[in-house]
Amino acid sequence: MTRKSRRLILIAACGAVLALALGLILSAMSGSIVFFRSPTEVAAQTVAPGTRFRLGGLVKDGSLQRGPDQTVDFAVTDTNATIAVQYRGLLPDLFREGQGVVAEGTLLPGGLFRADTVLAKHDESYMPREVADALKAQGRWQEGKGLVDKPAAAAPEAQTVAGDKTLGQRSER
Amino acid sequence: MLIEVGHFALALALALSLVQAVMPVWAARSGDQALRAVATPAALGAFACILFSFGALTYAHVMSDFSVLNVIENSHTAKPFLYKISGVWGNHEGSMLLWVLILALFGALVAVSRESVPPTLRANTLAVQGLITFVFVLFIITTSNPFTRVSPAPVEGNDLNPLLQDFGLAVHPPLLYVGYVGFSITFAFAIAALIDGRIDAVWARAVRPWTLIAWSFLTLGIAMGSYWAYYELGWGGWWFWDPVENASLMPWLAGTALLHSTVVMEKRDALKVWTVLLAILTFSLSLLGTFIVRSGVLTSVHTFATDPTRGVFILAILILFIGGSLTLFAWRAPMLRQGGIFAPISREGALVMNNLFLAAGCATVFVGTLYPLLLEMLTAEKISVGPPFFNYTFVPLAIPLLLIVPFGQTLAWKRGDVHAATQRLFAALAAALVVGLAVTALTWGGPMMAPVGIGLSAYLVIGSAMEIVSRARGYGGNRARGAAIWRRAAGLPRSAWGTAMAHAGVGVVVLGIAAQGWATEGLKTLKPGESLASGPYVATLDRVGPRTGENYAETTAFLTIRNAGGDFVGTVETGKRFYPSRKMTVTESGLLTIGASQVYASLGEVLPEGAIGLRLYYKPLVLLIWLGAVVMALGGAISLTDRRMRVGAPARARAKPVPPGMAPAE
Repeated sequence: MTRKSRRLILIAACGAVLALALGLILSAMSGSIVFFRSPTEVAAQTVAPGTRFRLGGLVKDGSLQRGPDQTVDFAVTDTNATIAVQYRGLLPDLFREGQGVVAEGTLLPGGLFRADTVLAKHDESYMPREVADALKAQGRWQEGKGLVDKPAAAAPEAQTVAGDKTLGQRSER
Repeated sequence: MLIEVGHFALALALALSLVQAVMPVWAARSGDQALRAVATPAALGAFACILFSFGALTYAHVMSDFSVLNVIENSHTAKPFLYKISGVWGNHEGSMLLWVLILALFGALVAVSRESVPPTLRANTLAVQGLITFVFVLFIITTSNPFTRVSPAPVEGNDLNPLLQDFGLAVHPPLLYVGYVGFSITFAFAIAALIDGRIDAVWARAVRPWTLIAWSFLTLGIAMGSYWAYYELGWGGWWFWDPVENASLMPWLAGTALLHSTVVMEKRDALKVWTVLLAILTFSLSLLGTFIVRSGVLTSVHTFATDPTRGVFILAILILFIGGSLTLFAWRAPMLRQGGIFAPISREGALVMNNLFLAAGCATVFVGTLYPLLLEMLTAEKISVGPPFFNYTFVPLAIPLLLIVPFGQTLAWKRGDVHAATQRLFAALAAALVVGLAVTALTWGGPMMAPVGIGLSAYLVIGSAMEIVSRARGYGGNRARGAAIWRRAAGLPRSAWGTAMAHAGVGVVVLGIAAQGWATEGLKTLKPGESLASGPYVATLDRVGPRTGENYAETTAFLTIRNAGGDFVGTVETGKRFYPSRKMTVTESGLLTIGASQVYASLGEVLPEGAIGLRLYYKPLVLLIWLGAVVMALGGAISLTDRRMRVGAPARARAKPVPPGMAPAE
């Protein structure tokens, strides 16, 4: 085998593996990424039923209802629109009415959101980033102050966040 | 007072690391040998100063000195002793201090190690290491000072986040950091080689032990973090493809590739430029991981908002080191003498394939982790890239890689013979096929991929064992019999044992992962006396009651686990812990270990009438996922004791004593 053909084989192998990786990434991008939607966007019917997405906002006060067999119903709001959510499973420890939440699942044709994952950060002062941004757009969140008209419910203090940086997003779960 | 001295020691370390960074470079210009030798005491001094500084902070935490802001924010008098210590690195400032402590430790180890590294290479390496230390100490002093005082001091602290009050999280950061930061040495060696314009087998031999140490610790650190997430977060999952996890996986993948490419470089004097690039990339990915976790750019709204200087500073560090090193690489790499080209069917050919697949896998993780950030910056569209993406992209790249593993071990250097290798692997291939088919037949109608994984794992474990067996037995006319086999096996190089063990460890991990295909999950509202089944086990709720710990009050559900036949297997307790200091509730899951399998109970809502929500998982062979990682790290440690690592490069027979940090982790 000549030096040239050895080099060619090496280059061909590199090309093939890189092409495989690229192909996998591109096809996965089209199928398996999940978009984030606010209740306002969902209410405006920009999301087709059956599409998987993440819904983020605040758990509406007084909306939490426990059904039989560990089913829970609650509503997610961004103060502008409200979406009813159904979930079966254990809620995170910090799931509370009036607090930020991110739910992942699909929209049923009737407008009910069926969640299979509910995320709420472990730290009481945490607001999921998407939720904060959505609320910011509604003028209800101020940088460094948190929820503007709910100081008692969620007032993020710089100091209490210190511990959670070590953890990152994983601890949402 | 001690706090101020600790702060001062940190400032001193800043100065010393600058000396360490500048002097060797200056010496190279002026040709002053004495000046170059300054790097060694400077590195030792910087380490001593940072160690003192770290000790001062630890003392403040242990003594609950609430005049220090860092202690107020993360400690409490009622906190158990272990967590008073681990609280030192359970926060941003302290963990950065641990980071530079390990950085300086590695610098000091290079300074004192008696490896026969050419003096210029050693001096330049120390200079690069000094520069990294300087920049990070500067970062701590200017943006993340752990020694800030508060006056008047409060009587009580805010306590450490209860999720971090756990043994797993006490040991996870130090292990992970030794891994992350250990790759700074290979990075420093690579930059030094680029400055020198010379790279050869001696370089590869000098780098290899450091790579092995860093890799072994990183493996343990990732496994520990994964196990912690598994039992502490109550979701029963062992890997979430979360950015913080990916941040540690990327340097691991690149580091694994580096580990293998240095072998090729050492043995065959090839893949030089690629190895240097890998060394740069591995540490760059470690820095990126630090950036992702420390800046909070992917995780939390607050970090940038409350203190944007930190994120910007780390970003600047990132640009300086990654941009700088890649520029240097682009400029100097063409000057490095190219290594030889070799036959595709050979051990080095297989190692190139290993590097290709690892690099490609690392690239997919990189894209999946950073793409959402990029997209949001460009289009303001928010997406989440979750497990489906990574399962779809990473797994197809991992499977061919695992298939190559035993072949690579079996093929000869220079020119391999696929036919002979297949013959030697016949037992492993046959066993894999039989096991895979048998499992498929036994579990017909179950998950499809799991039997494939089991077969793959049998192939890896048996293939690795066969490699040792066939080398001990010898080939052709040189066959040994009886006791001679054992003697020969004992005489095999430690690196051969280490390699086989690490590869078998991969097989054990694969077995643990594949077995999760049969994991089951049950969810139910239970009253006392009622039962919930999951897999072959049934949990009965005996009672729900309160109990107290050192700094928490818990509502505990007491469960009895029986098997399908109704026989008693064990008891499990799962509870909701309330920490009054932080007014925070944390679910503590209950685990019952049966062999390598576990029954996993997680408590949900406790209803007023004494009923509870309960999630019960059956996780077959789940412990193998982490035990396999321990086996891998053990393999790394065994390789580290190989004679080749200890004896100096060009025929210098004087055996080098193993420096303290090089002792195996276990």
